[in-house]
Amino acid sequence: MAPAPSTYSVITLNINGEKYSLPVDHRTTLLDALREHLDLTGTKKGCDQGQCGACTLLIDGRRAVSCLQLAVAAEGREITTIEGVAEGEQLHPVQQAFLDLDGYQCGYCTPGQICSALGVIEEHAAGWPSAVTDDVRPEAGPPPLSADEIRERMSGNLCRCGAYVSIVQAVAQAAEAQTTEAEAEEAAA
Amino acid sequence: MTTTTQATAVTGAVGTAHTRVEGRDKVTGAARYAGEIPFDELAHGWMVLSTVARGRIRSVETSAVLRMPGVLTVLHHGNAPRVDSDYVGMLGTPDPTAAVFQHERVPHMGWPVALVVAETSEQAREAAEALVVHYEEEPHDVTFSAGHPDAYQVDGFMPAVTEKGDLEAELAASALVVDAEYTTPEEHHNPMEPHAATALWDGGRLEVVDSNQGTAWVASEIANMFSLDPASVRVRSEHVGGGFGSKGLRAHQVAAVMAATGLRRPVRVVMTRRQMFSLAGYRSPTTQRIRLGARADGRLRALDHSSLSLTSTVHEFVEPSAGVARVMYDADAHHTANRVVRLDVPTPTWMRAPGEAPGSFAVEAALDELAEKCGIDPIELRVRNEPETGPVSGLPFSSRNLLACFREGARRFGWADRDPRPGLRRDGRWLLGTGTAAASFGAGAGPSTAAMTAEADGTFTVRINAADIGTGARTALTLVAADALEVAPDRVQVRIGDSDFGPAWIAGGSMGTRSWAWAVTAAAGELRERLALNTGIPPEGITVRSDTTAAIGALAQKERHSFGAQFAEVAVDPATGEVRVRRMLGIFAAGRIVNPLTARGQLVGGMIWGISMALHEEAVRDRASGGHYGADLAGYHVAAHADVPLVEADWVDDPDPDDPVGIKGIGEIGIVGAAAAIANAVWHATGVRHRHLPIRPDRVLSANSAGGSSA
Repeated sequence: MAPAPSTYSVITLNINGEKYSLPVDHRTTLLDALREHLDLTGTKKGCDQGQCGACTLLIDGRRAVSCLQLAVAAEGREITTIEGVAEGEQLHPVQQAFLDLDGYQCGYCTPGQICSALGVIEEHAAGWPSAVTDDVRPEAGPPPLSADEIRERMSGNLCRCGAYVSIVQAVAQAAEAQTTEAEAEEAAA
Repeated sequence: MTTTTQATAVTGAVGTAHTRVEGRDKVTGAARYAGEIPFDELAHGWMVLSTVARGRIRSVETSAVLRMPGVLTVLHHGNAPRVDSDYVGMLGTPDPTAAVFQHERVPHMGWPVALVVAETSEQAREAAEALVVHYEEEPHDVTFSAGHPDAYQVDGFMPAVTEKGDLEAELAASALVVDAEYTTPEEHHNPMEPHAATALWDGGRLEVVDSNQGTAWVASEIANMFSLDPASVRVRSEHVGGGFGSKGLRAHQVAAVMAATGLRRPVRVVMTRRQMFSLAGYRSPTTQRIRLGARADGRLRALDHSSLSLTSTVHEFVEPSAGVARVMYDADAHHTANRVVRLDVPTPTWMRAPGEAPGSFAVEAALDELAEKCGIDPIELRVRNEPETGPVSGLPFSSRNLLACFREGARRFGWADRDPRPGLRRDGRWLLGTGTAAASFGAGAGPSTAAMTAEADGTFTVRINAADIGTGARTALTLVAADALEVAPDRVQVRIGDSDFGPAWIAGGSMGTRSWAWAVTAAAGELRERLALNTGIPPEGITVRSDTTAAIGALAQKERHSFGAQFAEVAVDPATGEVRVRRMLGIFAAGRIVNPLTARGQLVGGMIWGISMALHEEAVRDRASGGHYGADLAGYHVAAHADVPLVEADWVDDPDPDDPVGIKGIGEIGIVGAAAAIANAVWHATGVRHRHLPIRPDRVLSANSAGGSSA
């Protein structure tokens, strides 16, 4: 039975570069819209109240917990979920690093950790300081992306299996690879 | 990317690092967990839990809720089908909490009283929250304390009491005595994936897609409870988002089956994170008294360990913390006892290293206190008390490489340079200290069956009812099968998590991979014999089955355990009370390591649970309401990235001589002793003994001001 018209709307979501039109209950979170309406179950529900980070995805390139976002409020935004991170068969370097370094165990927090890591690498490159950054003056530029910086910036993503050590190594490795690649491109240009 | 994939037949897959075979699915979001398999006509169930801690349900006001949009049914004790909870299953009698809606009694806060089923999850949730339940409240008792008058001794999974020698006489004759009480709080598993089940009837069979630690186990429990032919129940659980002991038969599966049966359509029930705090089991708090009496050289004359845990009024579960010393240390007089008290609280259950985790905190912290009193290095104290045989059983150890772990750990951690005096080292505002502790956990195997098929295309398919709850079992079994067949791992496909594959041990007791690997090895042996006949492989392949029941039953009685040595360095800020772990090292003797990549992660994960146990985790119950404060992941903090420094785990050579692959099991030992090592390091940093977990900032601060041990 469809909900009453006054309690739902037909919305269009832009997810991983594709447009999806769907009727949603106004109470439906972005997380539930993905999981229960669009069969995009890669984004996980760990607590449904913004405390664990399992549902982290990117909205307009920035990290967000999708359980605290209403689907109707996500119209017109560019949403990237874990399903949109790889380029076809080619894993993103962050995904590859998680796989190679065993940055997970049960895998349930992993999509959120990976999306969060994508955000961390971008935020760091853009010069955003964190709570453990020594010199937060804008002219100081980005601090080195040390293990402590990664731990602080990733702390919104819980991993109950305790894969933190290898997650931090995976994020560091992927960030390093990205920096090296960017420098190589700059040198070539 | 795999590191061992080779084109030609090889052995040596076991012991070589291999990335997870399902890894690509996990990093791309393609791996589907229990609540993520789509079904046509799926309805959503939402559980309603009691808001009183003791009493009876007077009425469930369903009529208004049944008129709400999309609501299909409300199940409660007045209309739910009767089920049978009076049976003995694979692991004993069921916790009646899972036998939902059978009577009007409410034995604790958060008891399941109704299930609301609706077309959408939003409708189900709104209706569940709107459902009015009237209760007749009765006074409750949720206060756990060492002196509770109703405590009693109970056997559980081991004898309640072991006694040897005259304890009081040996204590009186001891040159040095430690007599201290240690407490650990209520702790919750909190796997990242909440418990979820979808039930449906398909062609006369009941199918449950679930998140659990053993599908054959859960299927047999459901068959028992609903009085069904076991062959007519199928439970699948392909990917499981963590378990840690909490994922067996629980209220959500039973409620889903009831609703799917009544509505004749698939019904999914998912626990909310908050519901998990009363429905998913937990580790009981403990109060433990330890008395150690020693000669001047540190050798024990007397050892007394008495532990009290709690259970619910509906089911008896014992946290057997006093079992630790039965394996670890001998004394002329050796007494251990587990007691339990029934309170108006949910039923506790197995949680990672049940017994050993809280028990090792008390025993290993008490030994550190004894080392201080004797003026002996803590490792040397353990060397002097290393038993030849099982302290209680007198049985030989299958292997006991504890001292090898300490030697290797001490070398790598830099223990030799340690000044034993507390409170001397500073780094700015931080006081620094190091600590160590021993670890042990039982090494067992449970009967399992496996099927192995030589396919016509030259590959092999293994079907075994294993569960990979993050342990890497799927990958480990692939490596074991590859070696047993003498082929490359990429020619082996291992299928798990389906009760139709036949009975097998669960992912529990650190016994999963060992039990399953045994069955896989046995099947491979038989399959190779069949293939040696060179009769050719028909299109359907050649399939053999194995059953390890007889082989495991024939194992000689021995003390069979993994061992380990834990090391921690901490920094304590005496001004704020903050404790930070700076580094940890664990060296383990835990059988042959099948996959070093995933094994290291699992051991490190256990040690991180130790950090979390030592410093963070504590579920606090409100005496007035009988419920929790902050029953969620904000109110109940588990170690996050920023809490975890460089944690390293490694191992010494320790193949089990009686296991076909040499495996012992590694799921639990990582947490054992870890909290004690941290607490001992906090003493070394500050000079204050913290005997109550977690070591919160307020405890550090009040101990500072009291100038002695913490309250």
